[in-house]
Amino acid sequence: MIDPLSLLLDVQNLSVSFRRYQRGLAQTNLNVISDLSLTARAGEILAVAGASGSGKSLLAHAILGLLPANAMLSGVMRYDGQPLNAVRQKQLCGSEIALIPQSVTYLDPLMRVGDQARGAEKSAERMERQREVFRRLELPLPSERLYPFQLSGGMARRVLFSTAIISDARLIIADEPTPGMHLSQAMEALSILRELADAGKAVILITHDVDLALNVADQIAVFYAGTTLEETPAADFAAGPDALRHPYSRALWRALPQNGFEPIPGFQPYPEALPDGCLFGPRCELKTAACEQETPPMRTVRGGKVRCVHAA
Amino acid sequence: MTSLQTLRRLGGRSGKQLLRVATLLLATTVVAFALVSLSPVDPVQQYVLGVGNVSMEQRAAIADYWGLNDPPVQRYFLWLSALLRGDMGTSLLYRQPVAVIIRERFLNTLALMMTSWLLSGLIGFTLGCVMGLRRGRWLDRVLRALCLMLSSVPTFWLGLVFLLIFSVALGWFPIGLSRPIGVANADVTFGQRLHHLALPALTLSFISFASVALHTRQKLIDVLESDYVLFARARGENTWTIMKRHGFRNVILPALTLQFASFSELFGGSVLAENVFSYPGLGAAVSAAGLNSDVPLLLGVTIFSTLFVFSGNLIADILYGVIDPRIREERPHGQSNRD
Amino acid sequence: MDSPIVIDRPRRGVNRRLQTMITCIVLLMVAAGILLSGEWIPSDAVTPDFSRKGLSPSLEYPFGTDWLGRDMLLRTLKGLALSLKVGTIASMVSAVLATLIGAAAATGSKWLDAAINWLIDLVMGIPHLVLLILISFACGRGLTGLVIGIAVTHWTSLARLVRAEVLQIRSQPYIMVSRRLGHSTGWILLRHILPHILPQFVVGLVLMFPHAILHEASLSFLGYGLPPDEPAIGIILSESMRYLTGGMWWLAFFPGLALVLLVLLFDRLGENLRMLLDPASAHE
Ligand code: SF4
Repeated sequence: MIDPLSLLLDVQNLSVSFRRYQRGLAQTNLNVISDLSLTARAGEILAVAGASGSGKSLLAHAILGLLPANAMLSGVMRYDGQPLNAVRQKQLCGSEIALIPQSVTYLDPLMRVGDQARGAEKSAERMERQREVFRRLELPLPSERLYPFQLSGGMARRVLFSTAIISDARLIIADEPTPGMHLSQAMEALSILRELADAGKAVILITHDVDLALNVADQIAVFYAGTTLEETPAADFAAGPDALRHPYSRALWRALPQNGFEPIPGFQPYPEALPDGCLFGPRCELKTAACEQETPPMRTVRGGKVRCVHAA
Repeated sequence: MTSLQTLRRLGGRSGKQLLRVATLLLATTVVAFALVSLSPVDPVQQYVLGVGNVSMEQRAAIADYWGLNDPPVQRYFLWLSALLRGDMGTSLLYRQPVAVIIRERFLNTLALMMTSWLLSGLIGFTLGCVMGLRRGRWLDRVLRALCLMLSSVPTFWLGLVFLLIFSVALGWFPIGLSRPIGVANADVTFGQRLHHLALPALTLSFISFASVALHTRQKLIDVLESDYVLFARARGENTWTIMKRHGFRNVILPALTLQFASFSELFGGSVLAENVFSYPGLGAAVSAAGLNSDVPLLLGVTIFSTLFVFSGNLIADILYGVIDPRIREERPHGQSNRD
Repeated sequence: MDSPIVIDRPRRGVNRRLQTMITCIVLLMVAAGILLSGEWIPSDAVTPDFSRKGLSPSLEYPFGTDWLGRDMLLRTLKGLALSLKVGTIASMVSAVLATLIGAAAATGSKWLDAAINWLIDLVMGIPHLVLLILISFACGRGLTGLVIGIAVTHWTSLARLVRAEVLQIRSQPYIMVSRRLGHSTGWILLRHILPHILPQFVVGLVLMFPHAILHEASLSFLGYGLPPDEPAIGIILSESMRYLTGGMWWLAFFPGLALVLLVLLFDRLGENLRMLLDPASAHE
């Protein structure tokens, strides 16, 4: 199937919880990500798609080692075959792994954007590289002297993209790069990601917009309540509900505008009140007693992975 | 955009500001004059005390000469028009033109205030950064408790304690005055001046560095929790790099503003510090003027110190315009910040 | 996995509410103690007694005695009582002033608001201490000048707070409803707005107190305010200056320290109260 050598990031059973103190010393753990697994390959775009409030940004923070001090992690993350621990995260962030953040607030309001795009590294080559990338992203040269507040939304987005391209990282995590954009702008942003993937990078696209993701992604990880319910080639999503493996994926498919716009009944559970067993259980039509016994493990079904007892 | 436009925009802002300051200054003269006119202390009596035997007729003549029998409003305008011509009258206490006294003493006070201003700014900013970086750790807790305590300490008592420790017990510094006794002004060396300046300046700096430190700490914590610092960390920048690239840049402006806006407390503090250390500055002069009913001097210093405070505020304002790009540079036309 | 597992430190200490209560009680007891002792100590306890002059601190005279043989502990207590009285009256007047002015700025016309803003700038423009000297001079020095001066100079920041608060309450829907129902502005002010700014008022008052006391001491120290025979802390410290070179350090040290502690106590109480009322503003 896929060349195992191209496997760049492998996350297995990642859980993230926050310790919180309520009243005195009573302490509760808030599970925001539970048993999440995904893989990102060089040359591909993996779209992590799910409704907002499902903890997708925290996934990016966990990979980059940016979680706050009261967060607890478990599970295994491997980057390029080696365990990705705190020490390696420090080494790799910025050079090997790059984040494309959500909005202009991730730019320092008091620093010229050219300087921010180049980052802490100062050299003539870096400057050259920044100009080249700006040109490629059709940012006019004088814009490097501007401050973030002077940028239009589209320009700000391109500056944010430029940071990742300049760094020449092999793994790029784009955290919701499209909200608030017109369709044409969003497509342009996604096409930049596609170019990066085609140039051999591994791209993780975190988004709530399945429809948009389908246009560029190679793989889709369906994210729900802090975990991945299904990992599937994007082609299966395009093919329709029969090709998909998980009830939630099918519901998502039916909720797409072109497929009937059918809303999914019920709500995504809050991290404070996760259901027992299958996280999708309370909203699933196929639920049986077996579903509530334990969290269904990730199984390989028809070339994709799925976390459902009844998937076949 | 051109620098001409920048100038014009800043000019417009400052223009409005200047008008405001002008009305405020005018009101200050009214308030100050009204207050001294209200005083039950008889200025002639006070003057006569310094001169010796004076007959009733002479008293009346003096009162007449000073225009004390005119209605207050008329006296105010006489005084104001003299003030505008640069004539602040003659000090009863020092028997010298008020303008001369202010010029001489302000230099002393300025040396004192600026030294302590720099000192408190530097110490406060550094401490604030340290606390912000170590937030929640024991160093932060200790320093914060110290700063909170310091803001409850009156300047003059701190001065007395410093005097007790460094001058009386250790003998490192002289007890007071801006130069050694018996040495003519021209012969005073820079070193001697500094020696006499050190303790008052240290005392004075203690009143404001705590607030600068606490303010800087809070600002830095806000910055360190911002999205752009998170992004910088995602790009592998370490704490020191983050401080260099984003921390100082975003924290220094509010700290500077706070420092320039503190001219009022600075002057008030110098009144106390100068009294503790018998330092011959403007602060010592104004309290002496009030105690000895030296109305011209009291008025003169009031107006002058108000001018000083306003110029501090004005500098802070202009500084913002020059340093902060969000004010200095215009938004591009036809584009909104976010879409 | 080998990522760091950082454990959050639990919050130490008693919870804020309890802490505030304790500070409050301690403070009230201290204040009452000082006031009472100020009243009870007969003035002959601090009359000169040359048989014991210039004694350094001992068990019998914890704060020592001065060059006239007066007990410094008793003088300090009397001084603190005086400071408390002046501070209470002055900050009360100032806080009421601030509330009235702030509410007027928020509810009155645009013009009034601008005028009050301008007035605040005016008061803040003249250095505090210089304005205090001027007012004290205008009142012929003495206690009245002191109280008026402190009251007139301390209201500005609380007035701004009250203004903001009232503006915020005014935009609430229930005020609109009340207005629709035909209630008059005065009625609304009394029934809806006043109860909401009461906590602000209390906190502002308590936080103003330390400043008031410090300014009272500063002015007395400079020789304004109280006559020299009254044992105000400022006067005690000012007198002590003549004897410092002679080594009588306790004359300046203990009275000042007592003042600092009193100020600190009020400052902490004010901050605790503020955090109780507005947890969002309480960073850490
Ligand atoms: S495990 Fe059960 S409840 Fe969960 S998705 Fe599959 S069928 Fe539905």
